[in-house]
Amino acid sequence: MKQFTYKVTDELGIHARPAGLLVKEAAKFQSSIKIKNGTKEADAKRLLNVMTLAVKQGNTVTVAADGADEADAVKTLEAFFKANL
Amino acid sequence: MERFTGKSLLERVAIGRIYIYKKQEYLLEKRNIDDIEGEKKRFHEAREAAMKELQGLYDKALAEIGEEEAQIFEIHRMMLEDLDFIEGTESMIDGEKVNAEFAVSETGTTLSNLFASMEDAYMKERAIDVLDVTKRVVNRLAGVEDGGMHTKDPVIVVAEDLTPSETVQMDTNKILAFVTRKGSSNSHTAILARTMNIPALVKTDITLDDKYQGQEAVVDGTTGELYIKPSKELMDSMVEKKMEIDRKDNELKKLIGQESITADGRKVNLYANIGNVEDTKKVLENDAEGIGLFRSEFLYIGKNTFPTEEEQFRAYKAVLEKMEGKKVVIRTLDIGADKKADYFNLDQEENPALGYRAIRICLTQPDIFRTQLRALYRASAYGTLSIMFPMIIALEEVQEIKKIVQEVKEELQRENIPMGDVELGIMIETPAAALISDDLAKEVQFFSIGSNDLTQYTLAIDRQNEKLEKMCDTHHKAVLKLIRMTVENGHKEGIWVGICGELAGDTTLTEQFIHMGVDELSVSASRILNVRKAIRECV
Repeated sequence: MKQFTYKVTDELGIHARPAGLLVKEAAKFQSSIKIKNGTKEADAKRLLNVMTLAVKQGNTVTVAADGADEADAVKTLEAFFKANL
Repeated sequence: MERFTGKSLLERVAIGRIYIYKKQEYLLEKRNIDDIEGEKKRFHEAREAAMKELQGLYDKALAEIGEEEAQIFEIHRMMLEDLDFIEGTESMIDGEKVNAEFAVSETGTTLSNLFASMEDAYMKERAIDVLDVTKRVVNRLAGVEDGGMHTKDPVIVVAEDLTPSETVQMDTNKILAFVTRKGSSNSHTAILARTMNIPALVKTDITLDDKYQGQEAVVDGTTGELYIKPSKELMDSMVEKKMEIDRKDNELKKLIGQESITADGRKVNLYANIGNVEDTKKVLENDAEGIGLFRSEFLYIGKNTFPTEEEQFRAYKAVLEKMEGKKVVIRTLDIGADKKADYFNLDQEENPALGYRAIRICLTQPDIFRTQLRALYRASAYGTLSIMFPMIIALEEVQEIKKIVQEVKEELQRENIPMGDVELGIMIETPAAALISDDLAKEVQFFSIGSNDLTQYTLAIDRQNEKLEKMCDTHHKAVLKLIRMTVENGHKEGIWVGICGELAGDTTLTEQFIHMGVDELSVSASRILNVRKAIRECV
């Protein structure tokens, strides 16, 4: 399993639109990908699930990938977070 | 004439006929089915058809209204690809052998309830999106057409609530105002109304009776009232009010780029109050001359831990840079009372307004204070920064603050971190501070009068208590006397004195403040031009 943490700087947090883009990115990988915000955890490939995390500006999330392409997944998603959130 | 009231979102007036918008009712049926695979195929066909429709709505909204309003259809389309939605529906068809309409509707309701129960205001509103999008699929399955709006002339749209897919199908040229029974200031109708700059009432106490269809009506966004079949006198006065608002709007816009100077040549610094970095945009749009109150609490509230020095530094630096050298007054942490964050571990208090808050926390837990001061001084190199301290009641507090500030500055100097010249000031928001402002003025470079708390503490009235509303005279002589005293004491020591509470934006007091000698008024960005106008009319 590979993971990274990221502090969200986007003013709106992970609101509906970036959540949608994130899910699309995550769906490209075979690995199981989870996002954790505090005690809540969501499947990064499920839009509504990600939205219910209600990630706000300043929250620190942990993204963990587990599977054959976990290294690629973590690299791509970390770049995605930096660019969009 | 009938009168209804709601919560107004925009202070504008609309006059026109009522259009009662009712949703097409579809009676959901639960049927048992045998052909499970066939039913799933129906579901996916309807889902794909709905996604195509949403693509079309996205394009239409993008072309006609704009990116912000269009985005929602893109999100709706993505929701139809959501695995929770798809799997939930499929497993219901599988497990309960029910028709696709029922399975979609039930799954949608379950997911929507998940959002409706969230604390986050933005996410709570998304419950309606989930329902909207599942209804679209159900309509495709059942062959029901969406109800559009059929009208030749522009109308006042009255509805239970409006989903984005409903509003986008309306011709925006034909909408004078929105009136809904439900809704909130976070709803799509609200966003649309603000974009279109038309009045909108939400949570209105009207029943959607067909007898109102086509009736002449007036929406008064200044009071939140809807009049149906208005009397001639009322209509006349509303026509006048509408013309007046339009005229004033145009007049105010002309003041962008003008000085805030009285008719006899006295310059007043007109600044804006902000609560986060993004507000700076509105400050510049409305041509404020600086920022008179930057509430730093947003960095602390809604978090799980204290904001780091780096995080604070970035926020302060961003605002200072955006203001390009104009003055920015940042108020240090004012948490406690009604503003709480869990990780501060504040005790439940009997009397929070008089309790452990603001500078009292900072001086008791100086680590929190030092982190903020370090971030502020580091940011000071990027613009013109002033720092002010809230809830002061004693001279000793100010002396202690200055001692800590000095230590922080020396520490940064040792680290060779560049700093700008920083003015230090205090909020005058307790009667105690106003009464000893002669002594306090010797210690600081400016005063900013926080009129909201000063009023609350002087009158011993909780402004949030509706029962006391009548007694809460915001122009109370005692408060005005304290303001006058503060200004005079400040000037005796040669420091500037401003007002940053709600009173600063009260244009009925502008002239009086100027006569008292107030040097600066800091108001919400949307009030800047109104106050500039009032200043320019003063003699």
